[in-house]
Amino acid sequence: MIDKVVPNVHIALSGIKDGMTLMLGGFGLCGIPENSIAELVKMKTTRLTCISNNAGVDDFGLGLLLKGKQVKKMISSYVGENEEFERQMLSGELEVDLIPQGSLAERCRAAGSGIPGFYTPAGYGTEVAEGKEVKFFKEKAYVLETALEADFAIVKAWKGDAAGNLIYKATAKNFNPVMAMAGKITVAEVEELLPVGVLDPNQIHTPGIFVQRIFQGKTFEKRIEQRTVR
Amino acid sequence: MLDKVGIAKRIAQELEDGFYVNLGIGIPTLVANYVPKDISIEFQSENGILGMGPFPIEGTEDADLINAGKQTITALDGAVYFDSATSFAMIRGRHVQLTVLGAMEVSEDGDIANWKIPGKMVKGMGGAMDLVASAENIIVAMMHTNKEGESKILKKCTLPLTGLGCVKKIVTNLAVMEVMSVGGLKLLERAPGVTVQEIQAATEASLLVNGEIPEMQLVS
Repeated sequence: MIDKVVPNVHIALSGIKDGMTLMLGGFGLCGIPENSIAELVKMKTTRLTCISNNAGVDDFGLGLLLKGKQVKKMISSYVGENEEFERQMLSGELEVDLIPQGSLAERCRAAGSGIPGFYTPAGYGTEVAEGKEVKFFKEKAYVLETALEADFAIVKAWKGDAAGNLIYKATAKNFNPVMAMAGKITVAEVEELLPVGVLDPNQIHTPGIFVQRIFQGKTFEKRIEQRTVR
Repeated sequence: MLDKVGIAKRIAQELEDGFYVNLGIGIPTLVANYVPKDISIEFQSENGILGMGPFPIEGTEDADLINAGKQTITALDGAVYFDSATSFAMIRGRHVQLTVLGAMEVSEDGDIANWKIPGKMVKGMGGAMDLVASAENIIVAMMHTNKEGESKILKKCTLPLTGLGCVKKIVTNLAVMEVMSVGGLKLLERAPGVTVQEIQAATEASLLVNGEIPEMQLVS
């Protein structure tokens, strides 16, 4: 067993420097690595490029990094819930690359799978396809999208073991497994860190080979963005 | 004229037994409340669930269980969770039979715009571009006109496009229209109490009106 355990978030994120590209898992505020985001705020790292489906809300998630002007560029699919984001984007302070959600996921998966590019129908005929190669297969148009790489991928899982194997809970899975594959260094923060042999190998979602560092998060606020009830 | 619930009820009539269905944010989400009792369908939400159930009972909300609109939901028996790449494999791979989504504008060629107003509002496309580029059957749920009374059913979209020539059917507060394969829209049904003339006046796109246009039949 190759032991991936690090004692805390501080050591887990060591090596992250100004100007680096980070992938951060989560969909909205669901399944985000909130301990790591809090640590990034403390580290005051700047000029970051963040690849994440969303940009958090004004006072939680990636919104905290935006507020501190730590982010130079966001690569996301949907950023609708964050006023500060919209302000920085419309004023030109923040570079934003909006890409279709499925392409975002596949570009992460491709990076982790040794596939430099792929053709997808998403975005054909729209501004998303501008400047990109278009190819026809069976008379339908497809756009060439390339793999998205990251210096660090930071993911959040429900359970993990010392070997870096991960299990996610419910829809907190979302982008975490594909981003875990894509990081040059992948850091996993988990709610519950277990010794090897406890997790059933049949049930593991992310094999530990994709994870370089794993730690148990101190606290998980797990904020709900849209609390809806019957 | 229909309200949002009426639009959702009319779209629910398009559901067929055995369909996997993806519902967008807004009016489309309401469709889930009006599934005919005699058919079985499953809802897919692109953040990673098949077998999405109703909103939770107060006190049982789970931050780890949401839909693509970030609303807390429940999972029905037989539900399954998956990652975002697998989710869009279902969508691009045409394993999902019907997509219902909202729009800011639709054109008579079936183009749709729903993600950006340059200089004003940029929320992003989310999964909409993947959905419209791939789904075999796309129904748009929208209001026929904007707040100023101007048509949102146009000859050409003025806003940045989400997808090209992909919409098959449009259900609005005034009418049901089909996008014809040769281009142009065909009026299929009128909303209760709405005349063909009123629909024509509210539609900038070319609208084929062939014979008597029936009124929508909505069960209450």
